[in-house]
Amino acid sequence: MCLAIPALIKSIEDKEAEAEIGGITRKISLWLTPEARVGDYVLVHTGYAINVLDQKEAEETLSLLEQIARLAEEKG
Amino acid sequence: MKFITEFRRSELAQGLISQIHRQSKTSVRFMEFCGGHTVTIFRYGIRQVLPKTIDMVSGPGCPICVTANADLDKAIALSQIPGIIVATFGDMLKVPGSNSSLEEAKAGGADVRTVYSTMDALKIAEDNPNKSVVFLGIGFETTAPTIAASILQAEEKGIKNYYVLSLHKLCPPVLRAILDSGELKLHGLICPGHVSAVIGSRPWEFIARDYGIPCVVSGFEPLDILQSVDMLVNQVESGERRVEIAYRRGVRPEGNQQALRLMEQVFEPCPAQWRGIGEVPDSGLKLRKKYQRFDAALAFDIAPGPTYEPAGCICGDVLRGVKTPADCQLFGKACTPQYPVGPCMVSSEGSCSAYYLYGGGFER
Repeated sequence: MCLAIPALIKSIEDKEAEAEIGGITRKISLWLTPEARVGDYVLVHTGYAINVLDQKEAEETLSLLEQIARLAEEKG
Repeated sequence: MKFITEFRRSELAQGLISQIHRQSKTSVRFMEFCGGHTVTIFRYGIRQVLPKTIDMVSGPGCPICVTANADLDKAIALSQIPGIIVATFGDMLKVPGSNSSLEEAKAGGADVRTVYSTMDALKIAEDNPNKSVVFLGIGFETTAPTIAASILQAEEKGIKNYYVLSLHKLCPPVLRAILDSGELKLHGLICPGHVSAVIGSRPWEFIARDYGIPCVVSGFEPLDILQSVDMLVNQVESGERRVEIAYRRGVRPEGNQQALRLMEQVFEPCPAQWRGIGEVPDSGLKLRKKYQRFDAALAFDIAPGPTYEPAGCICGDVLRGVKTPADCQLFGKACTPQYPVGPCMVSSEGSCSAYYLYGGGFER
């Protein structure tokens, strides 16, 4: 029920935005994330963006996981 | 899809699985609180790839599952009042109350409409000025701010026929209740990712501090879960107990301040009834005085009649993590997703539904 999916903000008008979710564009509300900007990815839950996703943190997490995978390979 | 497929890469999963196997020495039981995590764990067969030292149990993190029968009966009774349109998230329709479900009420002529968002419910209210629209406010801290926002929008637009039946539940208080019961010995907790996107990671700190249980806030992709298990194992093996965030792209320690502000503006904590757990103080939300005219429980005379629990159903024990669906006599026989007896089989995030759809877990 707390399902939330990443969506890319394409345009903003007042407290509403057009966002692309898996190739589909739909209207979402920015009542909970007034800081969101065009080009941001947000987590959408029941039509509301509940957070702006942090691209840099995502990259850091992935690079940490890549390190773990390399280490695992070395240790066999 | 961006932010999704990268977190499903199998070679990275393999690395984490190897590391978990290498580091896990102590026998432990970890709980995933959230039903969304339960689904990821089952769908990707994560229990089966973990070492024998790690036992995973599912928690009560499914808002529909924990809604008490008496509250479901209220929702169904509301749908029987002439002039009321009940708007609800789709998951609620099939959940059996004491005598029927919203789906059965709808089949019997009640005006029950499935919506994706409270924005749709507001639209229905605008389009039907001569009717009263009651939105079933079911959900955790992830959902409550969206419902608070809908009430503020109704106020802003002067929509006078929109109401909310507030059955919201708060996660940290129920975890305290479960831990205080002493029924379950836990060595680690995977904290809900999207609840934490709103409340942040700080509200979980009491679990590490007061109960000595390591906590990790996780996302919902398989790599997120494996990384969280790895971080929990790390804490266990090094004797640490703290709250860490694995889901850093979606969760900040302080949460979403705007969402918290709106929730706080519209709602205040109240006691709430949880299925299988009972009344937990300050674990629910009711409308503040200023917004009471939107409260369906005050606006309408709801008389649901006596409440009955389904005979033989052990959803309550499953929700507390003390039994698994495999322990239930009804599971897969009298109770299936098509003909559910208890809510954990109805909700797509319920433990029984996950066991039924993805199997696994039985062999352990």
